[in-house]
Amino acid sequence: MAVIKYYGAIAEETKCSEEQMAVSDLKISDCMALLNKKYNLNAFEVSIALNQNLVEIDSTIKLNDSDELALLPPFAGG
Amino acid sequence: MKSIFIKGAIQPAFIADSIAKHQTKHSIGAHNIFLGQVRADVINDKTVAAIDFTCYEEMANSILEDIREKAFKTFNLTCMHIYHSLGEIKAGEVCFFVFVSAKHSKEVYAATEYLVNIVKKKVPLFGKEIFEDDSHQWKVNK
Repeated sequence: MAVIKYYGAIAEETKCSEEQMAVSDLKISDCMALLNKKYNLNAFEVSIALNQNLVEIDSTIKLNDSDELALLPPFAGG
Repeated sequence: MKSIFIKGAIQPAFIADSIAKHQTKHSIGAHNIFLGQVRADVINDKTVAAIDFTCYEEMANSILEDIREKAFKTFNLTCMHIYHSLGEIKAGEVCFFVFVSAKHSKEVYAATEYLVNIVKKKVPLFGKEIFEDDSHQWKVNK
């Protein structure tokens, strides 16, 4: 199982900060489509990080069980 | 690298203490400090009372390490410290503290501007702007 993490406005929408997901060979783009369907995230500006590195939202990289995928709303530090 | 994140507001005494700690470093001739303070913006007739900051800390720490490395390579700095608050910070309180030191003033001005801008842009921090009536909206950096 991979870990999917949610932050800020996105965590507010999903009502959880993280969850486990069965991902065997699931592409990031397909994973995002599933999450969009589950939580209706289309209204959000989102960037995603795979194991703490930003990747394209339509990336075809396949997820592994040890992966951590984070959905990040716009950064607002400072 | 130790965490740059501080639970709660950055206190003036902490800033003063950071300055004092550098008085034994006699190669330094210039310090520069940037302080970010929570602003009581008025949005649609509602006033921001506080910002609740959260962070993707593992990613933030790794990005800050890269920023730190690049800043030392780019600017001729002696010291560099960055702190950012997490949790609820009230309007008027300090939530962001950048402190750079070098031999001469030119380096510290350039480094401060670089660091403030890159932290705002690259570090995964999120801010919930809480209004006086307890409603909220999510902060977006301009």
